[in-house]
Amino acid sequence: MRITEHPILTFEKKAKLQFVFDGNEVYGYEGDTIASALHAMGVKKLSHSIHLKRPRGFYCAIGNCASCNMIVDEKPNVRTCVTLLKEGMVVKTQLNKGDLYD
Amino acid sequence: MINKDLVIIGGGPAGLSAAKLAAESGLSSLIVERDFKLGGQLVKQTHMFFGSEKQYAKTRGIDIAKILVDDVLKYPEMVEVMTDTTVVGLYEDKVITLLHNDEYIKVQSKAIIIATGASEKVLAFPNNDLPGIYGAGAVQTLMNVNGVLPGNDVVMVGSGNIGLIVSYQLMQAGVNVKCVIEASSSIGGYKVHASKLKRLGVDILTSHSVKRANGTEALESIVISKLDENWDYIEGTEKTIEVDSLCISVGLSPLSSLLSMIGVDMKYVSSLGGLVPYIDSHHETSVKDVYVAGDVCGVEEASSAIVEGYLTGLIVASSLGFKHENYDELYRDFKAQLENLRSGPFGEKTREGLQEIARNHDVK
Ligand SMILES: Cc1cc2nc3c(=O)[nH]c(=O)nc-3n(C[C@H](O)[C@H](O)[C@H](O)COP(=O)(O)OP(=O)(O)OC[C@H]3O[C@@H](n4cnc5c(N)ncnc54)[C@H](O)[C@@H]3O)c2cc1C
Ligand code: FES
Repeated sequence: MRITEHPILTFEKKAKLQFVFDGNEVYGYEGDTIASALHAMGVKKLSHSIHLKRPRGFYCAIGNCASCNMIVDEKPNVRTCVTLLKEGMVVKTQLNKGDLYD
Repeated sequence: MINKDLVIIGGGPAGLSAAKLAAESGLSSLIVERDFKLGGQLVKQTHMFFGSEKQYAKTRGIDIAKILVDDVLKYPEMVEVMTDTTVVGLYEDKVITLLHNDEYIKVQSKAIIIATGASEKVLAFPNNDLPGIYGAGAVQTLMNVNGVLPGNDVVMVGSGNIGLIVSYQLMQAGVNVKCVIEASSSIGGYKVHASKLKRLGVDILTSHSVKRANGTEALESIVISKLDENWDYIEGTEKTIEVDSLCISVGLSPLSSLLSMIGVDMKYVSSLGGLVPYIDSHHETSVKDVYVAGDVCGVEEASSAIVEGYLTGLIVASSLGFKHENYDELYRDFKAQLENLRSGPFGEKTREGLQEIARNHDVK
């Protein structure tokens, strides 16, 4: 859900950015972080705890708690709350500690 | 290895202000910021600040951020800025490891100012890790920076100024704040903020806390309970509230882990928010040429972070041979402003806390 009317702030419509989330073509807007774009679509579960695989969403939004780590363009453990969304990104939910990548 | 005179870690109000005074004194600096923009916590604060004119009272936090950023951008030859860059390593010989675009960069600096701010505390209760449970400041970022709502119905835990302000901002954005709950028997924040919420019909339940959260993939409801005077749950007072979001606003703790990497002498001081470094009157830690400013050395406010930044920038420049032409006057002014900000009953805990970490032994 996006804010459309606000007494203090104005949120102008920005350019749409297409990206892939767990295999589906979706979109966010310029200026979104990956986490905010997903949140706006109603996706709250971003990662899982390592041992019990409990669902995790974002908590701090300042890149500090690792609760929003996802696989972005094959790279694991990307803090999606402080990573800006880019056109064509491939974003996946992460289920483990992260594998080595090139 | 890149060589620098001064590296400032953190581009919030403290770091920006330090860079400004260093530049005014003739000293160049590099600001390293892990977010993709400068401004720290201020970039999401749509409310007008308290305090005195000197620290931009009656100006909205977002506008103060613009002023502070513009102040350093006036010195393009003196202040270099690296955003999207995290400091991941710090060594006693003042070598810093930066992570930027998947690359590690090593920087050797003569002096370092650590201005990494603070992070929001968590609260322990069953299922507190469910998606939909957020730090209040995180929700503020989501709403006010990204323009995205956290959900439809929210309960706020904590009635300090941040809890009250963010509750009001949630209402402004169109979210239904079901209530604010507070473990203590009285409201923690300023009366003006509490009254604004009450006028909108939001109850502030004192002597209450969260007992548990429920949900499978995301938060669906919470159980709150009354607390007795020892903050123990009172059996039989539980109430279930359906919410899709819960905001936790139970204080901040200093982001001081970088200081621990280089063995700076630290102390746990609860009135300052957690583990903080011992500092002398020049804000120098027990490791020579390593300084701190802002929330990282005691959680306070943007106003004090700004003045601490100015003071530290002024001092570090002078220690590296770049003495500001009005050094004495500015030094006295900044010290007086800090004293003024910490005067009165609200500053009492801070004053006591700062005494606990006053450093009088020799630097390493
Ligand atoms: C909801 C809310 C309301 C508030 N209201 C007021 C108010 O009305 N009046 C007031 O005076 N104050 C207010 N404050 C407090 C104020 O925002 C803070 O005290 C102030 O921002 C602290 O400044 P700082 O520069 O120390 O830290 P911050 O603003 O937190 O900045 C620290 C910066 O360091 C960066 N960083 C951290 N670690 C690293 C690393 N390893 N590498 C690189 N960069 C790093 C962070 O990304 C951040 O940008 C409020 C705070 C909140 C959350
Ligand atoms: S939400 Fe904490 S690191 Fe992203």
